[in-house]
Amino acid sequence: MNIVVLVKQVPDSGAERTLSTDDHTLDREDADLVLDEINERAAEEALRLKESVDAEVTVVSMGPDSALEAIRKVLAMGADRGIHVCDDRLHGADVLTTAKVLAAAVRRVGDIDLVLAGNATTDGQASAVPAVVADLLGLPQVTHARELTVDAGRVRAERQTENGEATLDAPLPALVSVTEKINDPRYPSFKGIMAAKKKPVDTVDLDDLFPDADDAGFLVARTRVVEAVPRPPRAAGIRITDDGSAGRQLVEHLIARKLV
Amino acid sequence: MSGKPLKDPLDLLDIASVLTDEEREIQATVARFLADRVRPHIGEWFENAHFARELAPELGKLGVLGMHLEGYGCAGTNAVSYGLACLELEAADSGFRSFVSVQGSLSMFSIWKWGSEEQKQEWLPRLAAGEAIGCFGLTEPDFGSNPSGMRTRAVRDGDDWILNGSKMWITNGGIADVATVWAQTEDGVRGFLVPRGTPGFTTQDIKQKMSLRASITSELYFDNVRLPDSARLPHAQGLRGPLSCLNEARFGILFGAVGAGRDSLQAAIEYADSRVQFDKPISAFQLTQKKLADMTVSLGGAALLAVHLGRLKDQHRIRPEQISVGKLNNVREAIAIARECRTILGANGVSLEYSPLRHANNLESVLTYEGTGEMHTLVVGQAITGQAAFR
Repeated sequence: MNIVVLVKQVPDSGAERTLSTDDHTLDREDADLVLDEINERAAEEALRLKESVDAEVTVVSMGPDSALEAIRKVLAMGADRGIHVCDDRLHGADVLTTAKVLAAAVRRVGDIDLVLAGNATTDGQASAVPAVVADLLGLPQVTHARELTVDAGRVRAERQTENGEATLDAPLPALVSVTEKINDPRYPSFKGIMAAKKKPVDTVDLDDLFPDADDAGFLVARTRVVEAVPRPPRAAGIRITDDGSAGRQLVEHLIARKLV
Repeated sequence: MSGKPLKDPLDLLDIASVLTDEEREIQATVARFLADRVRPHIGEWFENAHFARELAPELGKLGVLGMHLEGYGCAGTNAVSYGLACLELEAADSGFRSFVSVQGSLSMFSIWKWGSEEQKQEWLPRLAAGEAIGCFGLTEPDFGSNPSGMRTRAVRDGDDWILNGSKMWITNGGIADVATVWAQTEDGVRGFLVPRGTPGFTTQDIKQKMSLRASITSELYFDNVRLPDSARLPHAQGLRGPLSCLNEARFGILFGAVGAGRDSLQAAIEYADSRVQFDKPISAFQLTQKKLADMTVSLGGAALLAVHLGRLKDQHRIRPEQISVGKLNNVREAIAIARECRTILGANGVSLEYSPLRHANNLESVLTYEGTGEMHTLVVGQAITGQAAFR
């Protein structure tokens, strides 16, 4: 079985994150960069499948040089090989460009059975890349999975969203995006960390992925951030002293803001 | 103008720049494990004198136990990586680092270095996985710095050995599945592997400790314990056997102490930044800054010394007196840092909510065990003068 995991390196969600003043893209200079935590669960799911069926796991990431660290982390957890799409021309790539590039990278793996991704990354949170990749590859898409089983050439998933739960089933090959509820990822073992150095990582650029593409025509960023402002500091709240009327004041406050 | 405080005082000298990616990754993995599994509970464990034995298999799975040894299920990392793991473990709690040091550097190393192939096959994979726990009995009630006077004795009886005596201050003693026990014999000091449950072998945990409360410390008693000759570590003879193990453990300690110091200093810097007195954070007062600056300087020196000694060890050219320099300096600096950090935290510093006083209390043990500060001072003294002053 051939499994591909799509991962992204993101700024640590526990640390302060900033946008560059030039083009409102992520400021990577000062950020602590880590493997995205939902993607990490997609990788864990791939490795659990690898333990139950004979599978090769390829980790694919698009990003600058530093993204290699995220790939190495998944290799240390137990994945077999990596593809790193690294090209300065991809700076500021939007959802569609990202999905096209990732789909092209997946095609390089050859006959794949399953593509796993996180349902969103903790930085962009567009939550659209897995669906677009599935569409570009012509794969059934099973998104927001909180539980996953693969059996007899089919994938079955419990899908959970704000609107409810559903059991989805699709033939392989398929793409599945997982939520943060799906598992608790393992820590890479020291042996895994040392072995990861020796595992193959194929570094490719846009010319490798799209040898026939017209350079100017390909990279259309259909979306662009035109303005970004920091969240304003929180205004001081209203202090209510309870002289017996606090309940009424609270309700009036909520009614005035149409919150009840 | 005010800026942000440094999260990690070791960043000032960019200590991480002298480490390899692999070393940093191993260190970060240990730190993350501890943040998830140990830090949320460590204050409570310390207060209740609880050792979280259930974490041993998890540490085994990571590869922490006997990580610097080759083969038999051990990870086989370099010495610097082992040191960095100890640094992170002790940044969480010296008790945890002590458990790992004793398991990997005393119990496992003694078997790995001096044991027979059968002994290695029997014990090392289980000890590496954390399925079995080991301890190391050298110190006795009346013989600490001078182990050559030990009274524990093993005598031949036919093909067997009869072991009598007792050991004191033995980390992991009460929970150990196997004890490496050093005893006088007719032909000098010999080591024996004594499995838990061997008739005549009993243990008693030491209560009412004010230090290393999250780790188990015990007395071991041997009352006519009959052992086959296959229990003897065949390749160890004389005090060189146990002392070689202590050098391994001291190496971990000289890194570990940096962790306890770093964690104390991080707590103090964070507290000084948020604690407002006279309308400004106390980190903006000169007396607090002098404390923080002095501690950052001494901690940076200790960290660089540790990494330097780690590089020497990886080149197989480290000497015992160099380890003495590291253990002496780094533990001395760490305990001074932990105590000073407590003063920055004011009254809050005596609460288990904050780590510095817990680290300071733990380091009281670290200062004494594995060679007292006094002994290491005299080892360094002998190295530079040629005169042995400890007898």
